[in-house]
Amino acid sequence: MLRSFKLLSGSLLRNADSFAVRCCASPGIRQWRRQASDQAAPKSKPVAEESGSFAMNLFRGQIAADQVFPYPEVLTEEQNETLQMLVDPVSKFFEELNDPLKNDEIEDVEPATLEALKEMGAFGLQVPAKYGGLGLNNTQYARLVEIVGAHDLGVGICLGAHQSIGFKGILLFGTDEQKQKYLPKVATAEHFACFCLTEPSSGSDASSIRSRAVPSSDGSHYILNGSKIWISNGGISEIFTVFAQVPCKNPETGEVKDKVTAFIIERAFGGVSSGPKEKKMGIKASNTTEVYFEDVKVPKANLLGNEGDGFKVAMNILNNGRFGMAACLSGTMKAVIGKAVEHASQRSQFGKTIASFGAIQEKIGRMMMAQYVTESMAYMISSNMDRGSKEFQIEAAISKVYASEAAWFCCDEAIQVLGGMGYMKETGLEKVMRDLRIFRIFEGTNDILRLFVALTGIQYAGGHLKELQRAFKNPAANLGLIFGESAKRAKRIVGLGTGLSLGEHVHPTLAPSAELAASAIADFGVGVEQVLIKYGKGIVEKQFLLNRLANSAIDIYGMVAVLSRTTRSLNNGVATSAHETMLCETFCSEASERVKLDLKSLASTRSGKCFKNLAQISEEIVENGGLLPGHPLGY
Amino acid sequence: MSMRVLVACKRVIDYAVKVRVKPDKSGVVTEGVKHSMNPFDEIAVEEAVRMKESKVAGELIAVSCGPKQCQETLRTALAMGIDRAIHVEVSDADYANMQPFHVSKILAKVAQEEKADILLLGKQAIDDDCNQTGQMTAALLDWPQATFASAILKEGSDMLVTREVDGGLERIKVKVPAVITADLRLNEPRYATLPNIMKAKKKPLAKKPVSDFGVDLSPRHQVLSVEEPPVRKAGHKVETVEELVGKLKEAGVV
Repeated sequence: MLRSFKLLSGSLLRNADSFAVRCCASPGIRQWRRQASDQAAPKSKPVAEESGSFAMNLFRGQIAADQVFPYPEVLTEEQNETLQMLVDPVSKFFEELNDPLKNDEIEDVEPATLEALKEMGAFGLQVPAKYGGLGLNNTQYARLVEIVGAHDLGVGICLGAHQSIGFKGILLFGTDEQKQKYLPKVATAEHFACFCLTEPSSGSDASSIRSRAVPSSDGSHYILNGSKIWISNGGISEIFTVFAQVPCKNPETGEVKDKVTAFIIERAFGGVSSGPKEKKMGIKASNTTEVYFEDVKVPKANLLGNEGDGFKVAMNILNNGRFGMAACLSGTMKAVIGKAVEHASQRSQFGKTIASFGAIQEKIGRMMMAQYVTESMAYMISSNMDRGSKEFQIEAAISKVYASEAAWFCCDEAIQVLGGMGYMKETGLEKVMRDLRIFRIFEGTNDILRLFVALTGIQYAGGHLKELQRAFKNPAANLGLIFGESAKRAKRIVGLGTGLSLGEHVHPTLAPSAELAASAIADFGVGVEQVLIKYGKGIVEKQFLLNRLANSAIDIYGMVAVLSRTTRSLNNGVATSAHETMLCETFCSEASERVKLDLKSLASTRSGKCFKNLAQISEEIVENGGLLPGHPLGY
Repeated sequence: MSMRVLVACKRVIDYAVKVRVKPDKSGVVTEGVKHSMNPFDEIAVEEAVRMKESKVAGELIAVSCGPKQCQETLRTALAMGIDRAIHVEVSDADYANMQPFHVSKILAKVAQEEKADILLLGKQAIDDDCNQTGQMTAALLDWPQATFASAILKEGSDMLVTREVDGGLERIKVKVPAVITADLRLNEPRYATLPNIMKAKKKPLAKKPVSDFGVDLSPRHQVLSVEEPPVRKAGHKVETVEELVGKLKEAGVV
């Protein structure tokens, strides 16, 4: 699971003909294009595809409300009952049996704990019952993973590396024979599984992997060679989902080219070995090693998906796993907030509990807000996945970025609230902090994911903008489209707003917050359109701007997620609805200000100058090989 | 011949929940409060499952009297290894007045209908701490009773039960059919594993309205008032031994 890679290509190859990929300058970008054209989607699409995703449409300044309002509830009564029965034993297990500090200290999951986890069925949560798993859907999985996150992220990685990515490929892309053969043993963790993508020279740029599988002369199998690094469960796995280059022949041109391809590898094939356990900052209980493949004979039947489809396989596995991180971390946040609150309400200084001081109150309030947003996003996404949405990749990426940063913030503030106590190992927060750091790095670094969010969205918006441009070439045939779009723009210009509103979806109490969100959405659409007009395809290179667009998208999705959830609470008259209203109002108010600032920076000359400066400062230091300014003391 | 064991399980407010008294002092708040199986009944379930594992028992049946949510409690018992369950359905209104006397009458009838060899249950429930149901049921059935069991063994056709009493351990032998109530140290209940919880959904759970048992559910005693324990008052620090002695004298305790 310790990996990060290149998601951009994942997004860009979806619409190979979209303008964002058209002309690319840098080597990295050229590679995306190569990937994109390799994957050759049908060339000319008469009409840009409509997506049901809220986040996608956000980039067009439109509200696609179906997936976000009302707050989705997908569990049937029976599924709810089942889940409720599972929650208790899992919580009890982690409260009473698992010892997170011990696991951290011995840098392993205690053997008895691991056995109990296997017996409990925790390694096969989403494997269908007919293959010996529990057959949980994403929402049910999220709820259980949340408990793991609240107690021990190290164990969480051991579980997640196995089922969230290790054998997820078999669940998603495996043939019936492959499922029959592998799932029963991984569901019970008789065999551990892991996901092998990252290599020494290939991190975020995953398409540059060098592992290679060459068909044998008789065509019966492949010979795989290569090495992978930072593989969670690498040392204990029997089953490996491995990505390697395979020479593929283009059926039209006859040209042979290497393409990423996914395989299911068994340690038993021979030639598979793993290195010593890595020493890490956190998640020490999880087993992280290098994995080497040396002339491994891989039967044809162990292709996962088709030859050359490896990239798609990898992206899908990761897209399908990200919501789980948000759910897991919402549990972590709950736990660290609990510790902070306990201390703040008991610790007395200057004759008062520290919880009565504004400085502490702001921390607790902000921690709670971050948790509420994360949790609202996680279950919104899992629910959409469960009701069959295929368009959740932006939302999933947003939730991973937001959750990993929100959890880091919460844990950091919890330590601050506890002061010296927080810094002590015994308190347990220090471990959580170390464990959390990796979440901003692995499974797509947050930096790459921000670019992924922005570019995937822009690509979608760009497709529609291009359609509009085409429409203008033949106005008579496209009057409807042109009138609609012109009216939108005209209204905006004369300051009438775009008529965007979330009013019909939210509880009247939240109307002011909904207005802030609606205008943020409209402004965002304008912002995207303006950068598209200004930079055209060149936007792909403007990472300073893409970053800010992504940040706005994250804030806006957060606003909508809490508006929806708080509305449900208000409508149902739940006891905490007034409390939730405060969380929602405060988040929307602050988020909308952040969005304004971010969007303003897209066109502002002052921000532009700062971005230029920052880039140049970096360039000069890099060229110098270190800091440039002299020491204030002169030596 | 392996025996048929009937285990009675009560659904109670979870032991970890801080119980709050209703404003009108008629009882405690149960709405929206986490419930689980009475821990002593959980020990009884565990013991029954172990009896089956050691071939002492053949079929295991769990029974619970109360509202619909009791089925969750029964599912837990099924997940732990009970074979089938009986839910005696009692409306919320009737359940509010239900006392050990009523429950023991129902349990006695179920034990007879199911031809149970052993009725196993917790020594008491942690919500009302009555410690009456096992004893009354034994009386109604005219079966021997072995209460507060800390070990249960089969000896020939009898049951050998160890009880923790003030002076040490008392070992008694009872003929079956018998009623046995479980004490804390009888065993440590297992965790229901997730696959077993899923399997438990498919085990039979029969629902029987309480009216089938012809038990008069009118209350035999009346709850006058339920009160919070008095809040412990804050003490204060004394500076010297003399001051302490003075205060103690003042309080009339020395």
